[in-house]
Amino acid sequence: MIGRRLLQILPVIVLATFVVFGLLQLVPGDIAVTLAGENATDARIAQIRQAYGLDQPFFVQYGKWLWNAAHLDLSRSYLSNEPVLDQILHRFPTTLLIVSLSLTISLVVGIPLGIVAATRPGSRLDTFVTSFASLGVALPNFWLAMILVATFALNWNIFPATGAVALSKDPSKALLHAALPAFALAAGGIAEVARQLRSALIEILSSQYVRTLHAKGLSPTAILWKHGLKNVSVTLLTVVGLLVNRLLGATVVVEAVFAIPGMGSLIVHAAIHKDFPVVQGVVLSMVVIVICMNLLIDILYAVLDPRVGRA
Amino acid sequence: MIRALFDWMRDRPAAGLSLVFLAGLFVLAIFAPAIAPYLPTAQNANDTLAEPTLAHLLGTDDLGRDVFSRLIHGAPATLYASFLAVAVASLLGIPVGLLAGFLGGWVDDIVSRIIDTLLSFPAIVLAIGVTGALGIGLTNGMIAVGIVFSPQLARLVRAQTLVVKQELYVDAARCFGASAWRIIPRHIMPNAIQPVIVQITLLLAVALLAEASLSFLGLGVQPPQPSWGSMLARAYNYMEIAPEQMYPPGIAILLTALAFNTLGEALREALDPTARRR
Repeated sequence: MIGRRLLQILPVIVLATFVVFGLLQLVPGDIAVTLAGENATDARIAQIRQAYGLDQPFFVQYGKWLWNAAHLDLSRSYLSNEPVLDQILHRFPTTLLIVSLSLTISLVVGIPLGIVAATRPGSRLDTFVTSFASLGVALPNFWLAMILVATFALNWNIFPATGAVALSKDPSKALLHAALPAFALAAGGIAEVARQLRSALIEILSSQYVRTLHAKGLSPTAILWKHGLKNVSVTLLTVVGLLVNRLLGATVVVEAVFAIPGMGSLIVHAAIHKDFPVVQGVVLSMVVIVICMNLLIDILYAVLDPRVGRA
Repeated sequence: MIRALFDWMRDRPAAGLSLVFLAGLFVLAIFAPAIAPYLPTAQNANDTLAEPTLAHLLGTDDLGRDVFSRLIHGAPATLYASFLAVAVASLLGIPVGLLAGFLGGWVDDIVSRIIDTLLSFPAIVLAIGVTGALGIGLTNGMIAVGIVFSPQLARLVRAQTLVVKQELYVDAARCFGASAWRIIPRHIMPNAIQPVIVQITLLLAVALLAEASLSFLGLGVQPPQPSWGSMLARAYNYMEIAPEQMYPPGIAILLTALAFNTLGEALREALDPTARRR
C-alpha cells in the first residue's frame, strides 16, 4: 500500500519541481539583463548568462536544476552567494516551531468547540461557535498579529514583540517568542477545525445507525465518544492536511509582523530583490513538505478506515 | 424579482446586510474621489498621526494624510484586486475543469494530476514566487493569486461536469449530433455552474485577504497609492506611537471578507437544497 502511494507521489513531485523551475520563465524579458542590474555592459550580461547557464535550452536548464535538487543542491543565492539549502535549513526550525505550535493550538481549541457546537445544534453556544468560526475565517491573520503585538507585547510587556530564539538554545524562551505568532495563525485554524468538525459530527449524529444506538439504550456520551468521534477522525485528518498547507503560507506574512528570521522573511526578501534561486528553494521545500504530509495522511486514512486501503 | 430579493433578505438578515454592505462599498469605490473629503496623497507635515477630529474623521497618518480619505480611495484598489484575481482564476480554471470532466480519459488524468500538484503549494507562497518573477505590483500580484486559485475552481468544475455529463439531456444532445463545442457551453456549463458561483463568491474573500497580505509585504500596491493592505503596512511602522492607525484598514478588510463569506454561504444554502437541513 505504502509502496504504491510512494510511486503515485513521484509524478506529483516531478510536476511540482517543473512548476517551481517554470517560475523563472515568467520573468519578463531577459533574466540575465535583470540580474546584471542597471547600466550593465553587454559583456557583463553575457558573462552572467553563461555563469548561470541561462544560454542553454529550457529543458537542459531544468534537467540540470532537477538533478542538482535531487542531490540536495539548490544552487546559490544571487545576493549572498550562500548555498540556498543552508539558508533554508538555518531558518526552517523557527518556522516549523511556529507552524506546529499553531497547529496544536488549532486542534486543542478547535476540537472541543466543534464537539460542543455539534452536540447542541441551534443552541446559544452553537451560535457563538459558528459566529466565531465565520469571524476567524475572515480575519486577516497578520492584522490579528499586529493587534496581539500592540496589546500583549507593547502595552503589557508579557511577550516579546519581535524575533525568535532557537528551541535548542533555550526552550522556554523559544516558546515565549513563538507564542504570539502561533496564536495569530491559530485563529483561522481554530475556526476551520471547529467548523468542519461541527458539520461532520452533526451529519454522523443524525445518521440511521446513531438512531439505532439510541434505541438500544446507549447513552449520548457513549455514542459521541465511541461512535461519533471515531467516524469524524477522517474529517479531522483532512482538515489537518489542509491546515498544514494553509499555515505554511500564512506564516510567511505573520513572520513579517514579528520580524522573525524564518522561511517567510527569506522568500519575501528574495522575491523583492529578484533572488530567484532562494525563491525557488523556499517554494520547493514548502511544497515537498505539503506533499509528504499528504502522503502521511493518506496512509493514516487507510489505518483509520479499512475501506480506503482495499479500494 | 425585486420582491423576491427583499423576501430573501428578510429571511436571511445576515446575507441581506452583507449584500447591502457590498453594494455600498461598490458605490464608495466608484465615487471615491467625490466622496472622500481629501486627496489620498495630500500630505500635511504639521498634522501627523493625529487623533480623530471632525476635520479628520479617522485621524491622519504618518505623513499627515487623511486616513478616512485613504480608506475610501483604498476601496477601488482592493475590490479591483479581488475581482482581477477571481477573474483570472475563473478564466483559467473553468474551461480546464469543463474540458477535463467532459473529455475524461487521459486528458482528465493529466489535468487532475496537475490540479493535485498545484493545490499542494501553499497559495500565498506560490503567489509570492510568481509575483517575484512577474515583477512587483498590484496587477501582477493579483494575476499570481488568480493563477494560484485556478486549480480550486478547475477541480470543482470538473467534479460538477462529471455529474452533469451523465444526464439524459446530454445524451439526447449527443444523439442529435451535437459536438462537444456545442454541448459544453449549451448544456454542461449552465447546469454545472451553480456551486461555482458560490465558490467564486467565497474566493473573493480569500483574494481580498491575499491582496492585503501581498500589499502588507510590499509586493502588491506600491506607495503612495493606498490600499487597505498597504495602509496596514504603514500603520505597522508606527505601532508603538500610534497603535490606533491599524484599526480602520483592518476592520475594513475584516468586514468586506466577512460580507463575501456570508453571501457565499447564503448562496450555497439557497442553491443547494440539502444544505438547508443543517
